[in-house]
Amino acid sequence: MSLVKVDNLSVRYGANTVLRHVGLTIDPGEIVTIVGPNGSGKTSLLKAIIGATAPAAGTIRKKPGLKIGYVPQRLHIDPTLPITVGRFMQLSHRVDRKACAAALETAGVPDLLGRQMSQLSGGQFQRVLLARALINQPDILLLDEATQGLDQRGSASFYQQIEAVRAETGCAVLMISHELHVVMSASDRVVCLNGHVCCEGTPAVVASAPEYRALFGSGTGGALALYRHEHDHDHDHDHDHSHEAAE
Amino acid sequence: MLDDFMTRATLAGVGVAFAAAPLGCFVVWRRMAYFGDATAHAAILGVALSLTLEMSIFPGAMAVALVMALTVTLLAGRGYAMDTLLGVLAHSALAFGLVAVSFLSGIRIDLMAYLFGDILAVSRGDLLVIWGGAALVVALIAWRWSALLTSTLNEELAYASGIDPKREQLILTLALAITVAVAIKVVGVLLIAAMLIIPAAAARSLARTPEAMALIAAAIGGASAAIGLRAAYVFDTPAGPSIVCVAAVAFALFSLLGWQDHRRT
Repeated sequence: MSLVKVDNLSVRYGANTVLRHVGLTIDPGEIVTIVGPNGSGKTSLLKAIIGATAPAAGTIRKKPGLKIGYVPQRLHIDPTLPITVGRFMQLSHRVDRKACAAALETAGVPDLLGRQMSQLSGGQFQRVLLARALINQPDILLLDEATQGLDQRGSASFYQQIEAVRAETGCAVLMISHELHVVMSASDRVVCLNGHVCCEGTPAVVASAPEYRALFGSGTGGALALYRHEHDHDHDHDHDHSHEAAE
Repeated sequence: MLDDFMTRATLAGVGVAFAAAPLGCFVVWRRMAYFGDATAHAAILGVALSLTLEMSIFPGAMAVALVMALTVTLLAGRGYAMDTLLGVLAHSALAFGLVAVSFLSGIRIDLMAYLFGDILAVSRGDLLVIWGGAALVVALIAWRWSALLTSTLNEELAYASGIDPKREQLILTLALAITVAVAIKVVGVLLIAAMLIIPAAAARSLARTPEAMALIAAAIGGASAAIGLRAAYVFDTPAGPSIVCVAAVAFALFSLLGWQDHRRT
């Protein structure tokens, strides 16, 4: 059975409807990426799935006993709160030191256990967040623009790590990203969101869908989409060139 | 031994310090410093009500502090910034409390005793209330510790681990109301927030983990109570403020030490 099944979901903040009739299914072991412009409800969808936002309509069904590993968009730790990486790793579950070290190793940042969280670089911090999410052997990993603040090389290697983690542990991944060119190649399935699901499918299918091009292909979609297209100013041809641009 | 008023006072001060330490850490981490003030100021209204109804001040102060804390929690995020909201509520509650007290003709009450505390007048019964309340607060926070910590770090992280941060906030609010109610007699309304925040802030530069910070804060708070009372006795100074002064000196000292450490590494 699928891990998460979102059915006809609507989310409202006051009078403002951010999500309308959204349907989404995540199966074990697959990597699904949500793309969409600012304000398209990507984060709201993730918040609804973890239960931080109550749906105005629709249902979210999770496999009973589903273990979620969550990597937030950014985590601000108040400077008055002293906390070592080792302590942070076992925030909600007691874990032994060996498991902590192993999770850090998997996330690509070994030997940080005794460091203060406030002393980490941006890249190390995000990887520690990833390690913490992995420590409980989750069935599904949720990442909300987890590479914010990383440079392009940093985020590319972060996503490679995600793929490696999936290959190693078999957990499903649902992530939000605006770094289209990096993410597309790593995903099994891409969902293009703009208040509702515009289109979804394999990266190749989505990249050539007219709905996707309407959002990202014609200049309104942000710098990265523009970057991807500046190699070729003809928007109307229909072969997929996102991979070449990314490499 | 409990016949000696100094012993009773010291025990009372140490009890309050123990409850205030872990709670104070959360107040500092969550940037709720003014929240403690607001709840404490509201308690003076509770004192007035208790005296009107001729009952013990503990339940009255506790009830009003709780109502205040819940009101703030409910109103937060509905158009007003938290600090504005707390400023409005804290000062109006204090003002209404003082006006209410003025209506209490016939009963002679020493308002100073509630604003600055009257730790030297602590009775055996008061001690029981203080240590009972402190034990309850410490137990409550110890029980919810990791959920509280997760919610403090990040709300979404809490939700994803199956923790409801709103419930944890409520528990913190409840603990704060209890602490305020038991501490009124010891340090008084105006200095309760100081006992919450100063020991926790002083512990910051010495601690590497949240747990260590809470324990060190408790030690600093307890020592401040004992030393402050002794100083008050020797120099004939007011007891509550003397305790806070000792804590403040500890804060200055440890901050300087921590700052030097920081420069060396």
